[in-house]
Amino acid sequence: MNTGKRPVAAYVDRQASTPPGGRLESVHRAMMAYRVYRWFALIGDKFGISGQTLVIAIPFIWLLLFFLAPFLIVLKISFAEPLTAIPPYSQLWQWDGETLAIHLNLYNYIFLGEDDLYWRAYLSSIRIAGISALLTLLVGYPLAYAMARAPASWRPTLVMLVILPFWTSFLIRVYAWIGILKPEGLLNLLLSWLGLIDQPLTILNTNTAVYIGIVYSYLPFMVLPLYANLEKMDLSLLEAAADLGCRPIKAFWLVTVPLSVPGIIGGLLLVFIPAVGEFVIPDLLGGSETLMIGKTLWSEFFNNRDWPLSSAVTVILLGILLVPIVYFQRQQAKAAERA
Amino acid sequence: MANPAGSLVAAVGLLALTSSIALAEGVVHVYNWSDYIDEEILSDFEQETGIKVVYDVFDSNDILETKLLTGGTGYDVVVPTGTFLNRQIQAGVFQPLDKSKLPNIANMDPAIMKRVAIHDPDNKYAVNYMWGTTGIGYNVDKIKERMPDAPVDSWRMIFDPEVVSKFADCGIQILDAADELIPAALNYIGENPDSHDPDVIAKAEPVLKAIRPYISKFHSSEYISALANGDICLAVGWSGDVLQARDRAAEAGNNVSVEYTIPKEGTLMWFDNLAIPADAPHPDNALAFINYLMRPEVIAKATNYVYYANGNKASKSLVDPEVTGDPAIYPSDEVVDRLYVTTPYDRKSQRIVTRLWTNLKANQ
Repeated sequence: MNTGKRPVAAYVDRQASTPPGGRLESVHRAMMAYRVYRWFALIGDKFGISGQTLVIAIPFIWLLLFFLAPFLIVLKISFAEPLTAIPPYSQLWQWDGETLAIHLNLYNYIFLGEDDLYWRAYLSSIRIAGISALLTLLVGYPLAYAMARAPASWRPTLVMLVILPFWTSFLIRVYAWIGILKPEGLLNLLLSWLGLIDQPLTILNTNTAVYIGIVYSYLPFMVLPLYANLEKMDLSLLEAAADLGCRPIKAFWLVTVPLSVPGIIGGLLLVFIPAVGEFVIPDLLGGSETLMIGKTLWSEFFNNRDWPLSSAVTVILLGILLVPIVYFQRQQAKAAERA
Repeated sequence: MANPAGSLVAAVGLLALTSSIALAEGVVHVYNWSDYIDEEILSDFEQETGIKVVYDVFDSNDILETKLLTGGTGYDVVVPTGTFLNRQIQAGVFQPLDKSKLPNIANMDPAIMKRVAIHDPDNKYAVNYMWGTTGIGYNVDKIKERMPDAPVDSWRMIFDPEVVSKFADCGIQILDAADELIPAALNYIGENPDSHDPDVIAKAEPVLKAIRPYISKFHSSEYISALANGDICLAVGWSGDVLQARDRAAEAGNNVSVEYTIPKEGTLMWFDNLAIPADAPHPDNALAFINYLMRPEVIAKATNYVYYANGNKASKSLVDPEVTGDPAIYPSDEVVDRLYVTTPYDRKSQRIVTRLWTNLKANQ
């Protein structure tokens, strides 16, 4: 454990004694990274693995333990049969010392294809997540743009303000929207006080409330990648456009937007992917007709107690989500190549 | 590398071992419904027995069942409702109660025990904690305003489209519990509420679909605060929860008055029961806790707090007359005769029921 502490301690010491200055700091950062690397190399040597391999291996081990292994368990359960027992599903294989009996139950997948409920739920989730992602982009882009073009000294504060809501529980923030959107809530009170409406608007328990909830909750996931992208943009390109007689608005569409495409795609996916499986927001703000796969999964798991079928629903959902994830990866790889 | 890791594992193991020895004597892990006990009872129990109570809560049978079926919950006492208890017994979740360690079981009401025995033959695995009904909660003024002669004591309030449509504008919530509403709809049209026959279950669908446009939400706990705040005017809910809403509204002094009725056509009578998981780490403490809860004065205190009737006959004289005199909590024998009990659906009928319910909610 001592070895682990040293680089960090050294870094903190140096940080404390170094006057603020960009170059010095970056040197120290590099030194710290080097020390961490040395530490890995030291451990690696004991096992006969190079430090480099070990550094690369860690994220893979992480994925293996916390993504692949749980997924394989889910995949396994999706081929089982439901039972009234602990655990509530059958075992896939039995070994009696001589014969290995493997029991694969494909019925769950067949059932998913037969019953249109699941497809309607998938499609409806994708639609709600897609529309929400686009709405988040509409709200998030101007925000990120304003942040990126704000004076440099303001930017850390602005980024902080975007992250700040995360310090309050997600559940409480979504719950607070009930108070705002309900028929006798703050929004309706405000609108009727302004004389804009005489009947309270029904927003709570509709899909509109779900869109509002998702856009609100996931806005930082859109703003941060966009901001990171827009902030790095080379402003001299805009100057060049202006020199050549391009109006600012046209330059925005011809220069800024195309250059921020990776940020837009990143933001859209970061909103879309978790929103597809969203459960809390449709449960609290949505109406009964809000059909989303997260809620369908819940009722399959908790009401029907059918673990195998809910596992099959999950496996298919993952398949659906994998398409945009792979697309995003490709885009990033391409962008990296170009750079 | 192997050595430090090995000693670390050994140290953690030793720590776990010593802590479990230290705690084994005096702890009981209880998993009960939220807002379902007077917390003074827990501290009284701790003081008297020296057994520390670790108290944890849930708000739906489904969550409790999922935990129990996963196994190794670490709970010593859990409180499933009858139909769930029934299925969990079949799954081998519980251990039989050692009645020799439960002398207070003599205080229990034989009539209630007999009804619980539908779920738990011979009362082998569980004793009743509280029981209640599923009925109608409403906002007195808002209902009167819209329909002065509203049949508040009848399921027509919910299942007659002509009646229920009058209240759509002020908000109607229904329990998100297919296994309670489908029997209620079947009972309303004169079918056996406990039927597991797919053809009979299907008859509930048109009844529920006809009233679907007027329902604003299906939810099993939101109606408590929604009724109390006057956000909705009609709900199908559990007796004690609606009565809690009534009290919250009275305390808030917001001019909302909430009432609960047991529909005269009869409704579901349900039982929440104390049981011990088979793998409970402290079964003896669990028995001591259950025995303590069966003391008349203790369970009377709980009933006074939660407004649910208990299954303890000896406690009835100790419960506030205000509570025992409330027909919504302790209905007359005549009303009790009209209450029905349901049994758990088998896998096939369960799927039909859930599917019907999902379609209904999604308004398909």
